[in-house]
Amino acid sequence: MNGLPFSFHDAALIARPSGALFWPAERTLVVSDLHFGKVERMARRGGPMLPPYELTETLDRLLADIAETDPRIVICLGDSFDDLAAARATGDAVTERLAPAMAGRRWIWIEGNHDPGPVGLGGEHLAEVTLANLTFRHIAEDTETAEISGHYHPKARVILRGRAITRRCLLVDANRMILPAYGTYTGGLFCHQPELAGLMRPDATAILLGARPVALPMPR
Amino acid sequence: MTAHDPSLPPQIEGWFSSRGWSIHPHQRDMLALSDQPCQLLIAPTGGGKTMAGFLPTLAELADGAHKGLHTLYISPLKALAADIKRNLTSPIEEMGLPIRVEDRTGDTPASRKKRQRADPPHILLTTPESLALLTSYEDAHRTFEGLQRVIVDEIHALSESKRGDQLMLALSRLSTLAPNLRRVGLSATVEDPQAVARILAKNPDPCAILQADPGPDPDIRMLTTEAPPPWSGGGGKYAMQAVLDQVKAHNTTLIFHNTRAQAEIFFHHLWLANEDQIPIGIHHGALSREQREKVEDAMIAGQLKAIVCTGSLDLGIDWGDVDLVIQVGAPKNVKRLVQRIGRANHRYNAPSKALIVPANRFEVIECVAALQAVREHTLDGDTDHTGPLDVLCQHILIRACAGPFTADELYAEVRTAGAYADLPRDTFDRCLDFAATGGYALRAYDKWQRLIEKDGVYTLRDPRGTQRVRMNIGTIVDADKMAVRLQKARGGKPLGEVEEYFASTLRKGDTFLIGGQVVRYEGMREMNVEVSKTPYQKPKIATFMGTKFATSTQLSDRILTMFRQDDWPELPQHTRDWLHLQRKVSKLPERDRLLVETFPHDGREHLCAYGFAGRNAQQTLGLLLTQRMEEQGLNPMGFVTTDYATLIWGLDQVSDIPPLFSRENLLATMESWLADNAVMKRTFKGSAIIAGLVDRAMPGAKRKTGRQATFSTDILYDTLRKYDPGHIMLDITRQEAMRGLVDFGRIEQMLDRIGDRIDHAPLTRVTPLAAPLFLEPGRIPIQGLANERLLDDEAERLMTTAGLEFGPRVPS
Repeated sequence: MNGLPFSFHDAALIARPSGALFWPAERTLVVSDLHFGKVERMARRGGPMLPPYELTETLDRLLADIAETDPRIVICLGDSFDDLAAARATGDAVTERLAPAMAGRRWIWIEGNHDPGPVGLGGEHLAEVTLANLTFRHIAEDTETAEISGHYHPKARVILRGRAITRRCLLVDANRMILPAYGTYTGGLFCHQPELAGLMRPDATAILLGARPVALPMPR
Repeated sequence: MTAHDPSLPPQIEGWFSSRGWSIHPHQRDMLALSDQPCQLLIAPTGGGKTMAGFLPTLAELADGAHKGLHTLYISPLKALAADIKRNLTSPIEEMGLPIRVEDRTGDTPASRKKRQRADPPHILLTTPESLALLTSYEDAHRTFEGLQRVIVDEIHALSESKRGDQLMLALSRLSTLAPNLRRVGLSATVEDPQAVARILAKNPDPCAILQADPGPDPDIRMLTTEAPPPWSGGGGKYAMQAVLDQVKAHNTTLIFHNTRAQAEIFFHHLWLANEDQIPIGIHHGALSREQREKVEDAMIAGQLKAIVCTGSLDLGIDWGDVDLVIQVGAPKNVKRLVQRIGRANHRYNAPSKALIVPANRFEVIECVAALQAVREHTLDGDTDHTGPLDVLCQHILIRACAGPFTADELYAEVRTAGAYADLPRDTFDRCLDFAATGGYALRAYDKWQRLIEKDGVYTLRDPRGTQRVRMNIGTIVDADKMAVRLQKARGGKPLGEVEEYFASTLRKGDTFLIGGQVVRYEGMREMNVEVSKTPYQKPKIATFMGTKFATSTQLSDRILTMFRQDDWPELPQHTRDWLHLQRKVSKLPERDRLLVETFPHDGREHLCAYGFAGRNAQQTLGLLLTQRMEEQGLNPMGFVTTDYATLIWGLDQVSDIPPLFSRENLLATMESWLADNAVMKRTFKGSAIIAGLVDRAMPGAKRKTGRQATFSTDILYDTLRKYDPGHIMLDITRQEAMRGLVDFGRIEQMLDRIGDRIDHAPLTRVTPLAAPLFLEPGRIPIQGLANERLLDDEAERLMTTAGLEFGPRVPS
């Protein structure tokens, strides 16, 4: 299967090129920070009118991941919608395309800071969920271990022979894992910024996304 | 042309005669023709050009009858507006005229700006951006209703830029608000005054062109040194002592460089060689404002013997007693050279004195060609300028801020701007649709579109949107910059700024040059690059990426014409010998043919194409040719370019040259190459900001470090290409790239020039003309999957170094 295999608290996981995480033993696919409706929200607030294809593009990738991994459980790790109004405005379009993929699967929407309430799309709406020994929530908690979260949109920059390469990345250390944002129009936070550098242990690893995800010591 | 009585009001005549001054002939002419709808004055610096522009205004305002704004003066530089205010206020006071003069720039306090709209002065001095902002207010019609004259200073500097396009669109608006508005342009010497006049005049009004006495020819020579210049490079380091000697022999010297990096390096070496501690300063656009002002003040106070500078001083104010201009590096463009030299010398009727220092052997030829052009008064011609569409999109939004409009009215108004005179209606409609709805094939924003159309009238949906439009006004898009500061507990002294990209490549301990000193990179803090002083004298890495100007078509042509001569007595002996040798072992390039040499060297096959199309086009040519060679399995490995040639190396010899250069093949490769290219993405970003697709990052505004950080415009570009390939922003990007960095126009010119006359010279060794290319920096490796491979190697190296294990550690 496409992606970089690695282990976390005895679970064998795969970091996929798209930014999704797959857990074969539990047949569970995890994606974070889809931010559906971001474009709509910006336009509504009188901001720029960006190309309105982010929904299509994000859903294309998600459906491709589902088709390829055939998960039993799909976890959307919060901030699936850019805000509740965006959820109302784009909900139908999302449902229409996701419904066939949701059928016959356990689908869990974790609440995020952008979408704190239920969004009426079917599936379960939870603040957090624990599967086997791993806990899934939107924002990492200080004291937690064996935790998988999103929220920060981590990205990393490496310099190779004078050429800077910036990629979205997954961060992982002995305690926790932070997934990259899956949504197409999502900015990133460099992992050398204090928010992330402070959260991750010194020996943390960054998995840079790309055609073949690559693991590096987390750049600081 | 009807000439009316040029007699002046007594106060003004009296002022001139009390000083024993007579009015210059061109000032009289301007006065006589001041009722014309449009006048263009071409005069050298120091010829009383500004006074010529303002005299009719002073005459018309002398009786105190006019209420409100009478004359708008626009200059490309804030500082120039402030300077003109000083120079205008004292004569007005001495003449006892009832005239109020004020300036309005980005630095003017908000309270005064507000007052100026309600109660404008008689004469308002401003910049293109501040004017665009003024026209965006709902009360613009009241501010401008009595406006009589608009004076555009330094129009030669504006006429070929997007700032000029924006200005002319703003003037199209003013001409509607004040139908009697007369336009005046003040210009330095240009090759084609008609072209500038066409941009300036309200289409199809005529424009009167007045030429002032150009004054004596400048005294320009090439600085000859004992040691010949090196074979390549751009620093001019070899001439350091000769330059210092010249500085000592003159009162004040300006030393111009083509790039900031070269200015920095030169200044650094000059300082090391400066044993007598002669006071010398450095000035360029990337230095902090404090640093620049310090140098400017010292200059005006006469404390400096010399300033090492770049174009940032080109449009400078009165630099006092400058008696020598030194240009280091070939001037690339004759017009810029002449204007640069003319500007430095403010003494009318005294010849300007200038020296050119060729930085390398080829530039010797280029300098001699440029000097011939100056002597023969042939400047580089302007290419036809059609108005860019991103600027038009911004203008439509600015217009919408001022109130409702109809498409027909605005289309008619826009076409009165010369650069937009031939704008097709459907193109205008696409721009309008983009401004209103985003212009996407997928109509996603019906509820939230920016402009609402009802019965043909367009209105801003949300009046609060004006704020956003106004914040994004302007057509200059800088690369993202980061401030460089000395490391200190509370944030040290600002030294200047570097491009974010450059900053991202720095590692702790790297040393680089800024403001003439070598500093050591310590780290990044709150979007500042923190550095410390270091005793090292040799910086490890270059400082700026910077743009490099391409040699103009005219200059390239002159060089090719020179190559036809049997001998070159005008060249120094070393350069002369070099050309003779090239002719003996290969041949010299000709204007209507393309010389392509192939030869083995160092175990690789080489191909050198002497296209003389300028740096950017030669670079594009290199990319296209190598891509084509890659497809043909010829294994190109890299290339390097100069203004006159592209050198490609690879594993296999190319035997069939002509098909490589066929127009069809180049165009086809171009199409596929363009789409997925960093140049396109960079161009897209600039146009997206100007057109209002994304917001401009506010300089100085503290960036959010959180998740909401803006995402890269590259994603927008990729998304548009994938889902909406017909979108207008992609068309705009293509147009801008073709005439900008890609410069495909120059490649087409070259193809027109050479036709099918391609001379393939298969040789056994490196030729004299090709040799310097081997020393040229900026080699571009060809990489397909190279990035991924580099990343893999680096990952393995780092993980091993860090003692980290990773990968499948699945418990059994």
